[in-house]
Amino acid sequence: MTPRQIAALSCGGLVLLLPVMELLLPNGLKIGSLVPPIMIFAIIGLGLNIVVGFTGLLNLGSAAFMAIGAYAFSVVTCPVHPFQIGFWAGLVVATAVGALAGLVLGLPTLRLRGDYLAIVTLGFGEIVQDVLKNLDAITKGTQGLNPVPAPTLAGYAFTSANYAPWYYLLLALLGGTVWLCANLRRSRTGRTWVAVREDELAARACGIAVVRAKLLAFSLGAALCAAGGALWASLHGTSIEPGFYDFQLSVVVLCIVIVGGLGSIPGVLLGAVIMIGFNSIVLTKLTDLLARHGVSSTNVLASPGNWKYLVFGLALILMMRYRPAGLLPAREVRDELRRADGATPEAA
Amino acid sequence: MSPTEVVLQLLVTGLSNGLIIALIALGYTMVYGIIELINFAHGDLMMLGCFLALTLVGLCGGEAASPWLVIPLLLLAVPAFCAGLNWTVDRLAYHPLRAAPKLTALVSAIGVSFIFVNLGLFWGGLPMGVFAGGTQAAAQKDFPDLIGYRNLLGTQSGLQFTLKDVLVVAVTVPLMASLTWFVRRTRLGTAMRAVAQDPLAARLMGIDTDRVISATFLIGGALAGVASVVFVLANNSLSFWMGYRNGMDAFTAAVLGGIGNLPGAVLGGIVIGLVRATMEGVVPNGGVWSNAVVFGVLILVLAFRPTGLLGSRAREKV
Repeated sequence: MTPRQIAALSCGGLVLLLPVMELLLPNGLKIGSLVPPIMIFAIIGLGLNIVVGFTGLLNLGSAAFMAIGAYAFSVVTCPVHPFQIGFWAGLVVATAVGALAGLVLGLPTLRLRGDYLAIVTLGFGEIVQDVLKNLDAITKGTQGLNPVPAPTLAGYAFTSANYAPWYYLLLALLGGTVWLCANLRRSRTGRTWVAVREDELAARACGIAVVRAKLLAFSLGAALCAAGGALWASLHGTSIEPGFYDFQLSVVVLCIVIVGGLGSIPGVLLGAVIMIGFNSIVLTKLTDLLARHGVSSTNVLASPGNWKYLVFGLALILMMRYRPAGLLPAREVRDELRRADGATPEAA
Repeated sequence: MSPTEVVLQLLVTGLSNGLIIALIALGYTMVYGIIELINFAHGDLMMLGCFLALTLVGLCGGEAASPWLVIPLLLLAVPAFCAGLNWTVDRLAYHPLRAAPKLTALVSAIGVSFIFVNLGLFWGGLPMGVFAGGTQAAAQKDFPDLIGYRNLLGTQSGLQFTLKDVLVVAVTVPLMASLTWFVRRTRLGTAMRAVAQDPLAARLMGIDTDRVISATFLIGGALAGVASVVFVLANNSLSFWMGYRNGMDAFTAAVLGGIGNLPGAVLGGIVIGLVRATMEGVVPNGGVWSNAVVFGVLILVLAFRPTGLLGSRAREKV
């Protein structure tokens, strides 16, 4: 076996056995229950990657599609409403509603140039938040809908206390999403997307139906974001509240795609680990640590959570300055950047 | 109130708020016109300007400060600070990315915006009287009322028209007029228009494009600084998250008017001010929907007239 295969195999083993191995760790080091959010955001990141990475459309409203998924799922499963169709049917409905929402937003706006499209998606995000907040009768306003059911699989009911079933369910869903995205990227459709990204005019001249390709990407991306939102709601047992799905959440998802490398599937996975991991593991542990050592004051500088956006912001600026293609760039992006530099391929 | 009064009140409130939005929008539109960058941090720059204004007022004695002394001081110091900060950020974060794809600089700008928001949060923790001792860093802050709410039309009038509205008009309108004069008539203004039209051709004609871009960031920053002073004097409150909302309104105004177009930005700002005033003052329970309506208008305009109200119908360059 080559070293590469050994590395891949041990990584795979680690991922598969994580909940088991964690039993051996002392209590303070158990972080396994913080992994499911990372996996959900990886699915959402993969959805946005289709739109921004493959097709080159800047979407600043991914949180809105997440919200649409979370609320569609909550409405059809929550006991407050008469439907209560259960987790699996709910997930399908949420994904379909997300795809439809992507289509509805995309139809009038996908003719717009890059920056204009970005601002329209951003505005869409604001509108969705306002609508969810104000349609009290359906969404319960700022309280959010709850309880939202957890999945049941062959008679086994998931609980929030035991994260291992969640872990394996999300691992399977994430694996399916990765498989879908990788195949799409290699298919005729995927090549159409990349052609549109590289040069819309040339793509059109080659007979590609540009608007159709963009719509498909937009709608698929929205569907994955919505599915992620539904999973998020189910994991937390509530649709949260409309204000949670704000612009900053959209930017976090965008960062997931950019930090790893636009258009790169391993990049998105790494991006989710870094961004959500930093947020929910590093910051949480640091806060715990400070609290245990009695460092608690009213001083705003003393709480690690208050430094979050400073760190995110610096990371984004430094990434753009020194590693714009991301940490694990897609091959064609890397090659292109090298060619643009006029440099010879360096030994890796 | 009679219907005429309702309409007049709408015009007063809408214009007053719209002119402030327009000042911020001018900064967006100038930068976009020259380097095609959506400067996401612009609204948060204005937020930091508001914090500086409150700090300065605190140093001058807070509520007891003399408006005749403090307002000119603010109108000098805050724009200078915002201009300098905007220039510095351009040199550090955007300048190295000029040749990179557009998305790169945009993401960098989002990063700057995040840093500004975080700095605003820390700034609110300053142990000063005006910041309530700094123990509630994240809370909304009150800005001392230096101007007052006395109605200039007398207490009998149903129409509210205060010194604040006068201040807004007295500061913004001359500023916009001189900006127009500057861009149309001066050497640097002409150079700006040339760079906006075609950077390469401008450089071939001997224009120092880097200097022009720096000047644009300085002017845009100064305008945001003036906007922040006028905003806190008129609204008497600030918070570290206010930059996003104000920035969004201003950016929407810029796009609505046709981004890169200076009169368009002012027109867009006024339209948004009026739409908000209508939603909040006339439509029953309309306030909760005003954001949705503003963005709805934007999406409709873009869907049917993608270059905005006054934008030119230029085809994208191949």
